[in-house]
Amino acid sequence: MNGSVNLPVNDVIYGINGPVVTVRDTRTFSMMEMVYVGESRLVGEVIGINDKMTTIQVYEETTGLKPGDPIVGTGSPMNVLLGPGIIDNIFDGIERPLKAIEEISGSFISRGAAVSSLDLNRYWNVKIKVKVGDVLEGGQIYATCPETAIIEHRFIVPPTLSGTVTSVQPNGKYKLMDTIVTIKDEKGVEHELTLCQKWPIRNARPCKERLPATIPLITGQRVMDTMFPIAKGGTAAIPGGFGTGKTMNQHQLAKWCDADIIVYVGCGERGNEMSQVLDEFSELIDPKSNRPMTDRTVLIANTSNMPVAAREASIYTGLTLAEYYRDMGYHVAIMADSTSRWAEALREISGRLEEMPAEEGFPAYLPSRLSEFYERAGRVETLCGSEGSVTIIGAVSPQGSDFSEPVTQNTKRFTRCFWALDKSLAYARHYPAINWMNSYSEYFTDLDAWYRENLGDDFIKYRNKITSLLHEESNLMEIVKLIGSDVLPDDQKLVIETAKAIRVGFLQQNAFHKDDTFVPLEKQKLMMKAILHLYNKSKRIIAAAIPISGITQTGLFERLAKMKYDIPNDKLEMFDQLIADIDSSLAKLTN
Amino acid sequence: MIIDYVGVKEINGSLIVLDNVEGASYEEMVDIRLDNGTYRHGRIVQIEGKRIVVQVFEGTKSISLDNTRTRLKAKPMELALSPEIMGRVFSGAGVPIDGLGDVYPVKKANINGTPMNPVSRIYPRNYINTGISTIDTLMTLIRGQKLPIFSGSGMKHNELAVQIVRQAKISDDEDNNFCVVFAAMGVKNDVADYFRRSFDQSGVLSRVVMFLNLANDPIIERTLTPRCALTAAEYLAFECNMHVLVIMTDMTSYAEALREFSSSKGEIPGRKGFPGYLYSDLASLYERAGMVKGSTGSVTQIPILTMPNDDITHPVPDLTGYITEGQIVLDRALEGAGFYPPVSVLPSLSRLMKDGIGEGYTRADHQALANQLFASYARVQDARSLASVIGEEELSPVDKKYMQFGKLFEQYFVNQGYDENRTIEQSLDLGWKLLSTLPRTELDRVDDTLLDRYYISDPERIVFDGSDGEENKNEDED
Repeated sequence: MNGSVNLPVNDVIYGINGPVVTVRDTRTFSMMEMVYVGESRLVGEVIGINDKMTTIQVYEETTGLKPGDPIVGTGSPMNVLLGPGIIDNIFDGIERPLKAIEEISGSFISRGAAVSSLDLNRYWNVKIKVKVGDVLEGGQIYATCPETAIIEHRFIVPPTLSGTVTSVQPNGKYKLMDTIVTIKDEKGVEHELTLCQKWPIRNARPCKERLPATIPLITGQRVMDTMFPIAKGGTAAIPGGFGTGKTMNQHQLAKWCDADIIVYVGCGERGNEMSQVLDEFSELIDPKSNRPMTDRTVLIANTSNMPVAAREASIYTGLTLAEYYRDMGYHVAIMADSTSRWAEALREISGRLEEMPAEEGFPAYLPSRLSEFYERAGRVETLCGSEGSVTIIGAVSPQGSDFSEPVTQNTKRFTRCFWALDKSLAYARHYPAINWMNSYSEYFTDLDAWYRENLGDDFIKYRNKITSLLHEESNLMEIVKLIGSDVLPDDQKLVIETAKAIRVGFLQQNAFHKDDTFVPLEKQKLMMKAILHLYNKSKRIIAAAIPISGITQTGLFERLAKMKYDIPNDKLEMFDQLIADIDSSLAKLTN
Repeated sequence: MIIDYVGVKEINGSLIVLDNVEGASYEEMVDIRLDNGTYRHGRIVQIEGKRIVVQVFEGTKSISLDNTRTRLKAKPMELALSPEIMGRVFSGAGVPIDGLGDVYPVKKANINGTPMNPVSRIYPRNYINTGISTIDTLMTLIRGQKLPIFSGSGMKHNELAVQIVRQAKISDDEDNNFCVVFAAMGVKNDVADYFRRSFDQSGVLSRVVMFLNLANDPIIERTLTPRCALTAAEYLAFECNMHVLVIMTDMTSYAEALREFSSSKGEIPGRKGFPGYLYSDLASLYERAGMVKGSTGSVTQIPILTMPNDDITHPVPDLTGYITEGQIVLDRALEGAGFYPPVSVLPSLSRLMKDGIGEGYTRADHQALANQLFASYARVQDARSLASVIGEEELSPVDKKYMQFGKLFEQYFVNQGYDENRTIEQSLDLGWKLLSTLPRTELDRVDDTLLDRYYISDPERIVFDGSDGEENKNEDED
């Protein structure tokens, strides 16, 4: 190629700037098409087209690329392969299996590694669920196979297809690309259904109907379940400066929340954290199924030093995998750690494209991308008529711990649950460092009915009382900060003591303690009950002019602070004893 | 066929633009010969058809539009590596400057490295005993970790780094496997010299690889310095199976060099003028710490950065904190009060410590003790701010106890000698003794069995004399 030719026969690289590559004078490509760049076939995606120039972002290091290197289109948008073998696997941002890459290129990831996303040679024990003559719609289940010990993989007709079954294979062992069912659509075209399908990552998978968010995602974390609950199919943001425990919270949620499947996206975060997740989750046994946590977990690891364009894609890859399992009728929770890194990847690429920046250099389309992302969450009736959900929990890493920066602000607009992490709580090692004054959940009213039905009216009553005590304490602390706590009247001192018991005994939770790491809702309720019982009783005694110092000397507040350790999760009857002890200790004071 | 391209089309800061170049590849190295016979080196940072943009490492001073001849080297920037690099001194761009001649390479490696596969990483669990109470007890350094020191101009971060190197080395039983890679970016000549002398005095100089880019050296070279250093460190760790401690100072100068380069390239700035890719760029350095399967070596990083105006929310410390596994924050008030090392305990943190301490590593009570010390010291801050309003006299008895605890904590626990090497038992016992100055009911992070074992209820037995704690240790043993 000598530059004077206007329309080259093959498309070749013209310019290179970081992960952005341009092609001149071509009409071959379509927007968002996946392409292979250069001799080593690096994966890329078309992100801009005009009549002079096509712009491509490359998902791998571009060192060594030359003008004149070939670019080959694939004719389809960036997509992922969906099929059995996803669970208990670890992928990079564009669904390349990292274990397989390790076998090819060793401990360091080399470029252009061509591996299939899923193992093509593994046999799956397939049970066919349809017979010849059945009419299948998109989304219907045509076969199943056990994927892990606890997850049954349900093969669903791609949402874009429908037709009459013309042939089926017998039950048995099949590989990923084997055809097990064929269908003929209305136009008489035959389609072969294998064990896998492809789906473009930037398109939401369709569902029949969206259902209201009326079932909570139970996390076993007191401050979340009780004070700021999230619904199945809901969205939550965990913003916090570094060291406030975003990742720790995400890990706790991934371990304990009652979703069927967890998709954990490590987006631009630390490599050691991913190896920690791998280590911990394979050792940790899920109490419900008695199987390792990895049996229900998919990991997507695009660490901060891996190519930035793939980081941008990793979020969508994770979401698409989550939606695929949702369509089988599972409740899926996706942890995105951290969405700020994803937004920064957007900014970085936008900068390379020399787009006009909006706030702090972020592109003007940041809010619309964020809203698109969070709107893919939801509890739905799937195309096959069962119920599934995708819950999105995104960590946000605000620059300079300043919640007014664009990513936090925009995330706040599109999520309904906001767990604000607080530096001063983290400094005092109060974990989870969720600030009860700045956080909120919009799911209260949606979930109230569920709580009432399953835990009785008391639960909500207790929660409201606890919340109001904490608010009262916060107001009193303003005064204490100025003049000290000694001058307060005893009833206000009681509020402060009780709030302390709530903070230390209830809100604070020890992720490393075998009982405290996951607390059932029933115990949460009884803990609140015990605290409020002491508060109400003490209030009456103080009204009878008995000084609060007498109550604090009974050691009851210390017992409340330690009840989370002293009372095991399976011995909740011990709370009766605790309440009886409170009564008898206080009775001594009045006598 | 080797082509020399005569002249340049444009000069802008440290960048030159050449036209009509054939066959250039992205990030390829170029040699630039000036008419006076001197050579400069550069790297291609942007290509548009036949127009290429080259960053010149040594700067563009005295380059004119037609006094240069540029030759493409057809390879990316590589560093010559061999075990012989230990004890050598290199420039920021990896050229030997100690007058001992070139390194005979066993291997050449691209200085950008390649990302470590997360699957191949070994999760770091072995703790490094630094002999410094605050670090060992409250923000334990783990082998394979990246733990930066957030400091400010004029504070004793260099002394602390040297002390860590000296004492960490002593505790290492596989002594021959230990080495240090030192990368100086934009530091003053005196500082580089201080490190060299200190390494010499502690007898490790033959195990140190130095990459020096001083404050008056070209900034493009500065952006290469940590990459060269980490390439050397990875080689020594993963191919020679050594435990490598990488000290990089000062990361703020590095980031500023990056900003200077970015703005001359005309890129859209992010916060405080730093380029939008600062996070990814810093991550590509810090993430090169760790351990991998198939090798017994490790890369542990201690980057040092000075926070401009002591502001921890400045982009450089902020983004660093998001990438590294914790941080050691130094505090000017403690420094002013004469305490060394002036570690500000509350904002400091080690993310990896929870899995590298406790039974089998340090001692079973370590985590609980650390939590309680953090919580109690946080209470001290509340008491102090109250005291500054209403006066210390007016505080409640409990708050007064906290005030006293705070003082003792800083004086005996935080403060320790530059040459003082405390064992982990000494540090932990000292922590318990300090907690024992508080009422037992205040210790709500520790369960009763630990309190029964370690809480000293007899105030007569809580004695602090001198900070060595040796005498006190004997008293603790029942």
